[in-house]
This record gives sequence, C-alpha cells and structure tokens, in this order.
Amino acid sequence: MSNIARAFADGKAFIPFVTCGDPDLETTAKVVRCLAESGADLIELGIPFSDPTAEGPVIQAANVRALAAGTTTDKIFDMVRDLRKDVTVPMVFMTYANVVFSYGSQRFISTCAGIGIDGLILPDIPYEEKDEFDPICKQYGLDLVSLVAPTSEDRIAMVAREASGFIYVVSSLGVTGVRSEITTDIGAMVKLIRASSPLPCAVGFGISTPEQAKKMAALSDGAIVGSAIVKLIARHGREAVPYVAEYVKSMKDAVRQA
Amino acid sequence: MTNPRGRFGAHGGQYIPETLMNAVIELEAAYDHYKNDPAFQAELTALLNDYAGRPSRLYYAAKVTADLGGARIYLKREDLNHTGAHKINNVLGQALLARKMGKTRLIAETGAGQHGVATATAAALMGMECVVFMGEEDTRRQALNVYKMRLLGAEVIPVSTGTGTLKDACSAAFREWTNRIADTHYCLGSVMGPHPFPTIVRDFQSVISKEIKEQMLAKEGRLPDAVIACVGGGSNAMGAFYHFIDDPGVRLIGCEAAGRGVDTAETAATIATGRPGIFHGMKSYFCQDQYGQIAPVYSISAGLDYPGIGPEHAMLHDTGRAEYVPVTDEEAVEAFEYLSRTEGIIPAIESAHALAYAKKLAPAMGREQIIVVNISGRGDKDCAAIARYRGEDIHE
Repeated sequence: MSNIARAFADGKAFIPFVTCGDPDLETTAKVVRCLAESGADLIELGIPFSDPTAEGPVIQAANVRALAAGTTTDKIFDMVRDLRKDVTVPMVFMTYANVVFSYGSQRFISTCAGIGIDGLILPDIPYEEKDEFDPICKQYGLDLVSLVAPTSEDRIAMVAREASGFIYVVSSLGVTGVRSEITTDIGAMVKLIRASSPLPCAVGFGISTPEQAKKMAALSDGAIVGSAIVKLIARHGREAVPYVAEYVKSMKDAVRQA
Repeated sequence: MTNPRGRFGAHGGQYIPETLMNAVIELEAAYDHYKNDPAFQAELTALLNDYAGRPSRLYYAAKVTADLGGARIYLKREDLNHTGAHKINNVLGQALLARKMGKTRLIAETGAGQHGVATATAAALMGMECVVFMGEEDTRRQALNVYKMRLLGAEVIPVSTGTGTLKDACSAAFREWTNRIADTHYCLGSVMGPHPFPTIVRDFQSVISKEIKEQMLAKEGRLPDAVIACVGGGSNAMGAFYHFIDDPGVRLIGCEAAGRGVDTAETAATIATGRPGIFHGMKSYFCQDQYGQIAPVYSISAGLDYPGIGPEHAMLHDTGRAEYVPVTDEEAVEAFEYLSRTEGIIPAIESAHALAYAKKLAPAMGREQIIVVNISGRGDKDCAAIARYRGEDIHE
C-alpha cells in the first residue's frame, strides 16, 4: 500500500493545504506539525508560483507573500527534510508544471522521493499531458494525482483508469476559494469514478465549514481544505498555529462523523 | 504542421486544468469542422473585406528606401484595418466560430488594448456579451482604448495581480473561463495558450502572408528577401510568416521587445533571455528565474510586454527557420518618430520594433533586394506615452 493509500485506510480523510513560506518557512514548519498533530491524514504542501492560474484570490495572495519572503523550491525541500525527522503523515506537493519542469523534472521528482514526499498535484497537467511527469513519478515511487472536474463528464473513466494515489474531485467550476454552497452533483461524479477505479476520492475547492466537509466526505473518501486555512494564516501570521489547530480539529471531527 | 495534440516540435500542448479540457476539445472539433466549411469561410471573407477593410495595402515606402540606401522597403498596412490593427483578423474568425458553437459571451485579455477593442467590436457587431481583462498598469498606459472598449459595450476589468500587465490579464481570463464555460468563448488574442488556440489564431492571421505573397508577386514578380514583424505572443508575426515558411529564400525575422536592453532585468525579449518552460497552457520559451517563477518583464510597448512567445515561434527558432532579434525601447521610439516624419505613417509602438530592425538591416542589403515590414497597427494609441517618454506631458 502506498503512503497516500494509507491516508484513507483508517476512515474518511481530512486533507489540509498550506502554502509553503507564507508568511515564512519557520511558520509553515510549525503549521505542518500542528496539522499532523490535529489529525490531518494527508498534507498538501503548496510550492508558491508567480502566476497560479488555478487559484482564487486567497491562495494567490499567499503565493505573493511566500515569494516576497524569499521562499524557493530548494528551501522548501530543506524544510521537508527537517519535518520528516518526526512527521510521518503522508505529504504531497501541490504546485504548477513550470516549477517542476524548470527545476528539471527528474531532479525535482527524485529529490521529492529522497526527502519523503509521496506525490504531486499539478493542476495545469491534465490527462493529455501527464506523460510529461508520470513516468518519472512512477520511476521514483511518487503518485501523480489526477483531477476530475464538474466538466469532465465523458472523460472521467479515462482519467480514473490511469490515476494513482487518490483522485482529486474538483467540486465546482472556477478557481480555489471559499464557496457558500457547492451545487455540483458530487455523488454522481464519484459514482462514475468508482466504476473505473478502486482508488479513494477526495473532494476539494470551496470547502470551509465543518458541515460542508462532513457532507463532501460522506459523498466520497475525504475532504480537502485550502483557502480557509490559508485565510487563518493570512490573518494571524506567525501566531496562526493555535487557530489552525482549533479549526483543523473541528474539521477532522466533522469528516470522521461523515 | 501540428500533430493531433497541437505540438510544434517540443513546444505547444495543452497544459490547462482538467476543468477546461472539454472546452478546448469542443473548440477543436468545431474549428476542424468550420475551417473546411465553404459557407463559414465565405462569411468570414465577407466580414474581413466589407467590415474590416481587407485586403490591407502593401505600400512601397519610397522615401524610407531612398533614405536607408539599401533594400526596397514595403510596408504591409495592417494599421489600416478597422480598429487599427491586425487583431481584427483573428477576432472576426473566433467570434464567428464562437457564434456557430452557440456561445453568447466573449472574454478576452488585452495588453495594449488593440485585441480588447477588436473583441469588443466583434461582440458589438454580432450581438454578443463581452468582458475584457486588462492589466491595471496597461489601463493607465492605454486609457483611450479602455474608453473605446466601454463605448463599444464591453465590460473592462482591470487586473491588479502580479505585474498588472498582459500576462496577468491572460491569467485572469483563463480563471474566468474555468468559472463560466457553457455560454462563454475565450477569444485568445495571440498564437499562444493551449492547443488549438496557437493553430486557430495563426490560421486566421495567415491572411496577412497570403496577401503579401499575392501583392508582392503582382508588384515585383518575385518574393521578398525578408519579412520582418514584431513579436510579443507573436500573432502578427506568425500571420506575416506563415505562407513563406516553405520558401527558404525568404528570411523571417521576429523583433522582440528588449525594453531597456537584454542585459538588464527590464526586458521582454523571450528568445534572447528566456528558456523552455510551461505556462499559460503551452510549452515554449519563457522569461523566468532559476526556480521557474515567471519574470516581471518590461517593455514600453504594452502589446509586447509578455514573458513568453507562441509555441510555433519557439519551433521556428529551434529549427532556425526564423530569426528573433531584440529591439530596445529607444530604438523603437526612434523608428516610431522616423516613420511618422518620413512617410506620414504613425505606426504602433509594437510595429515600430519591426521597423527599427529594418532600418538596421536594409542598408546592408542590395538595392535589388526587398524587405516587407509588417505594420501591425497604428500608433494613435501610443502618442501620449511616447510624448511622455520624450519628456513632454500631454493629456489625451
């Protein structure tokens, strides 16, 4: 069983996201340890990108802050190396294709494997372009996570059949960010995925309240939360840890009740 | 020229969120159908001719030729098109295609505002809703075009993220498209973005080289020795080059915006200073730092102020079929003033980059040789900015 599969082995998964280096990497390291202690089953670490085209305003702003603070891919690798001394929760990087490609795909992915990163989520890599990175990920034992969107329709089976790790179900049209309601028929999407793949499905984009997390986890195998956590960090900066801890515990409890 | 996945050599592709995949697949299917549909092509040709004023003139610039003392200089007058630039060629094609696809709303990015004005124009003509994303910095540099777009009934949304220029406008338009797809066509303005956009935009712009070839054969009985065009994303250049790609005797020269110089950080010369990357849906060359963060590029020309270049240009660079040269702000401004004074033609500051290089090249060529410079747009929009560059504060 891959580390990512293990995240779903013990019931519904709660998957928090954090932008590395916002407001600085010391804070990110503290937040990640806090996420692990507060019950995160899998942690998404965002490597900031100058032009994050799939992100809404909250995570865009976090990317700007992180880059302005001097965050680089190499410094994030160092942070993860250090975290892996005691953090055992599965971790994946979420970033954009150019961050990986420009670093040298082989060099980036082999480094990920060496420091204990379990997978990659690249929102600008659809099924048609996954050969850019997937063979290298397989070579080093990383899962390149596939995304399925409300517009995927007839593509779901094709995407799901070749997916690895888990399947990221994009809840809504548009970019990341808090939404007051999710109107997509998630249940129908998950049903189509299940017909083609045994992998777990987790729902992300727009989830911020325990009620939403519970509802989405009930329809799938887990809930992914990004912007709501990034907002807490934006508000509380270096003092964000206790606020994140309280929030993540409430979300984790909600997901467990699903 | 392209394989089914829209590759140009190593470049191109479809590096976009899953959410948009069915939209580009649907667009490709519609385009593949209508590009071979005589009724569609007839409708487009009628619009190009009767509405946009094509064919555009190929003008022999006798005074420039005499002054430079070398190759004969012809100007392809895309500045004479309706809305004042080559952008209308692509927009009329895409708007017509979008309408056939049942779309009722066009969104677009714009840099200098020329593509935004063209899109707003086509939307007005075809009774479609129109939203244009424009960098906040550019809304200041090109205030007149902002007014024109609103006059034409479009909504203009200033984009303040990033550098507040063309790349940010483009990112905002992509974000909007993922948010609203069913009734909306993203009318991309250059030969960039995910497949099939680089092919569609090139095909619609290739009317430029088709006409140059016919007009040149009629006037001179031969092909030109060089075709020169400015390159940001590269749509006017791709249009001017396309029908000459298989004529190896015709040099194809793309002029990039070097800004304050390619040895400074304030440049937008992608081929000169960039390296391969993946951004805005395509693999191509991009100005970026060692970690792949897209560089905050600079040029006096809002239309060339973009950190990438279309994938077909990237391939033409790789194969050596086309040459890409940097031209600075200063050289472009000089050429802007030179053409105004010498021929009574005020070119867009973008197009002035191409003319600046022709000024360098022509004297080194023989008097029997021929250069075609694509004057991609007219310079009215630039007058206030160039005056400011020269230290004169005028208000539009």
